[in-house]
Amino acid sequence: MTNSIPEIENHDVIFVIGSNTTETHPIIGLKMKKAVKRGAELIVADPRKIDLVRFSTLWLQHRPGTDVALLNSIMHVILKKDLIDKKFIDSRTEGFESFKESLSEYTPEQGERITGVPKETIIKAALLYGNAVRPGIYYTMGITQHSHGTENVYSIANLALMTGNLGRECTGVNPLRGQNNVQGATDMGCVPDFYPGYQKVNIPGIKEKFEMAWLPWGASLSSNTGLTATEMSGAAMNGSIKAMYIMGENPVLSDPDMKHTINALKKLDFLIVQDIFLTETAELADVILPAACFAEKDGTFTNTERRVQRVRKAVEPPGEAKEDSYIIIELAKRLGYEMKYNVIEDVLQEARKLWPALAGIDYGRISKAGLQWPCPTLDHPGTPYLFKGGFPRGKASFTKVEYRPSEELPDAKYPFLLSTGRQLFQYHTGSMTRKIDAINKVSPFAYIEINPEDADRLGIDDGDLINVSSRRGSVKIKVMISERPLKGTVFIPFHFKEAPANILTSRKLDPISKIPELKVCAVKIEPIKLK
Amino acid sequence: MVTLKIDGRKVTVRKLSTILDAARKLDIPIPTLCHHPELSPYGGCRLCLVEIEGIAKPAASCTTFAKEGMIVNTSSPYLEKLRRTNLELILSDHPNECMLCERSGDCKLQELAYFYGLRENRFKGEIRVYSKKDNNPFVTRDMEKCILCGQCVRICDEIQGVGAIDFAYRGLNTRVSPPFEKDLNCEFCGQCVAVCPTGALTGKMWAHKGRQNFKEVETICPYCGCGCNITLYVRRNEIIRISSNEETINEGWLCAKGRFGYGFVNSPERLTKPLIRIAPKENSIFNVKQTNPPLPPFTKVGRGGINNAALFKEVTWEEAFQYVSKRLKEIKENYGPDAIGGLASARCTNEENYLFQKFMRVVIGTNNVDHCARY
Repeated sequence: MTNSIPEIENHDVIFVIGSNTTETHPIIGLKMKKAVKRGAELIVADPRKIDLVRFSTLWLQHRPGTDVALLNSIMHVILKKDLIDKKFIDSRTEGFESFKESLSEYTPEQGERITGVPKETIIKAALLYGNAVRPGIYYTMGITQHSHGTENVYSIANLALMTGNLGRECTGVNPLRGQNNVQGATDMGCVPDFYPGYQKVNIPGIKEKFEMAWLPWGASLSSNTGLTATEMSGAAMNGSIKAMYIMGENPVLSDPDMKHTINALKKLDFLIVQDIFLTETAELADVILPAACFAEKDGTFTNTERRVQRVRKAVEPPGEAKEDSYIIIELAKRLGYEMKYNVIEDVLQEARKLWPALAGIDYGRISKAGLQWPCPTLDHPGTPYLFKGGFPRGKASFTKVEYRPSEELPDAKYPFLLSTGRQLFQYHTGSMTRKIDAINKVSPFAYIEINPEDADRLGIDDGDLINVSSRRGSVKIKVMISERPLKGTVFIPFHFKEAPANILTSRKLDPISKIPELKVCAVKIEPIKLK
Repeated sequence: MVTLKIDGRKVTVRKLSTILDAARKLDIPIPTLCHHPELSPYGGCRLCLVEIEGIAKPAASCTTFAKEGMIVNTSSPYLEKLRRTNLELILSDHPNECMLCERSGDCKLQELAYFYGLRENRFKGEIRVYSKKDNNPFVTRDMEKCILCGQCVRICDEIQGVGAIDFAYRGLNTRVSPPFEKDLNCEFCGQCVAVCPTGALTGKMWAHKGRQNFKEVETICPYCGCGCNITLYVRRNEIIRISSNEETINEGWLCAKGRFGYGFVNSPERLTKPLIRIAPKENSIFNVKQTNPPLPPFTKVGRGGINNAALFKEVTWEEAFQYVSKRLKEIKENYGPDAIGGLASARCTNEENYLFQKFMRVVIGTNNVDHCARY
């Protein structure tokens, strides 16, 4: 997030696109409702009639995967009505003139043709956002999980830049992170192309800096760019990856094309899974290492607004389960590398030395309330919103983005468009929430949301068991007839191993970010005939 | 801004502040049962009565706006007598079940009765009796204990935007109820439970887990990226309750997962020992070729541990470490470091993730490290 959670209630316009906020980020959802109560106008762009629509001024029900066309036509109107921020464009951006040209064909009429959103609604949305003083854009995986996810994000950035809506309090672009510490895991360098603190592994000088810190006796770090999670399963399949060490992840249920994931993991010579439960991934492991959960250890999590917060040990882990840090340190020792830390805070101390934006954060300062990075010095108050007064790279550049359809669209054989996602009560692959009886009582089984018209046409009823198939596999699943999905589209939450949505999903990746296209694939639906 | 005088002390507050807001700013204690700073003023419990110069009768400070030059008195023998009587009226049909009540010790009503020394009640009369409809798994509703402060109704409507409950009936029959007196069927955020000043609303999973001798641990919710601050109540190495205090980024609000989703920590299905595979993977119960879709049963995990002894054997940590390091060494020697990949975890701490990538980069020697940021 470029803004922070407390700033949400002071937006005058909130534009939520591709985020089912009240279910995936309930407390941020509350702040949005509070903002609406205080007079903010809420624009929701979502193919599903999510709960947030109840609170919205405008709802843009665009077809899944048409975000670029929608955003471009909104920008077309903003440009035409001259609602751009010329001063901001001149002083803080580059490439606007040529970018401007690329919007010319995205008239509201063209927008309507591609997205299905009436042109009047597109114009209204453009006027609302374009005239706003303190608008915030919010998105999650509905924007990113596409074969053109990066382009979707560029489009959002373009919209914020041309209206000058970045770098001010209560004004910005806010991707909401889906897991308690997904921000922190990325910050800490658990990505193939960055060392901790977004320092690129292939920029000269940076590797040397980390070699000095980690290998002071002169050994060197790898100069090969690593593989992303999505690429690793492909590499396991073709044999170039032989072993994997998976800590607290369950790719069998969370990754696209489950059959492929399972076969790939099975092909490994050696698979280590370190987890708190015997997950579906752990079932394929050669070694399972029992770990401690969040309540059984000390440390920090970084939330979606870059706030580093203190996690405290409350109970002892069960049996012989150990903290992940202990396991990693012991393994390193046996492989000939001594990681010397007296207490867990020493690890953060080391990270602080290597990443200036974190240098001002220690356990003492965050004992009561967390601090938001960048926080470069011990007397720095933290940074509630980013890009005040400038961008780190100098001028922000516009990126021309053309709409291109999703990779696998419905056809005669597979006539429905499937999106996957989350629901309120369950969490991710369910390895935690599905162990809780109370939660299972209110969210007992998987379901597929189908529009009433489609259900009518197929002759299926609420609660029926049906077969849903894609080119990759099929699942038996219960029908939930619902006004939520657009006609011709269906939705399955991916929490349930009994009917794993990811058996159906496709492995088509965004070429830049390598994110899989989990929000769009083609499926067919067959009622199960009683014999 | 307006300036007024409360108990002889001057205070300046924003326009449209109430007398109660102004008094709280001065840290003057005024008892309340129906007031919540985030909710619209209600004026139901009549405990916050104050005397205002020039106004004949005492007024409820939570619904009276502060005005320029106002002179307010928050405590006098007369006011205390009124408050005591009001409290007595509120308690007149309250079941005195504190011995068994889940809220005992954490109950605003109990605390006020204690401060005012209310043992006898002059107004004892009809007692409300309700039939319980509590099949929902999260919230126990003992409506006999409800004092109709309306905080739950307001929070559900004004904060959560759900409106799952409201007042039904009138007079002595008034009760807070879901539509048609059915069982609660809502988002189960438990905001109503958090603000309830009595034992009328409690967490179902709190029951008989203990009201004393617990420690409170401040930490962060393990679910989504909001990073809500939570307080774990821990008794005998078990989390028995979760709450969140108001001075946090989440203002004390939580969702169903954050407030009630802690049961996994003490689940009997937790992994407790390192395991090494003994059966070939092809013989795994989890065989995709045979079952497409691979429907359950996946490996059945039983109470107290894993009963898939056919697949894995329990080993000591030493055996596990030696096995893992031997195999990783072999693979690194035979195929090079880039034949090994690591997936870190968005559920683990910063420190653990830092160590994990350092392990992959330094100990293994590869940049093949990622996590589930894309799912």
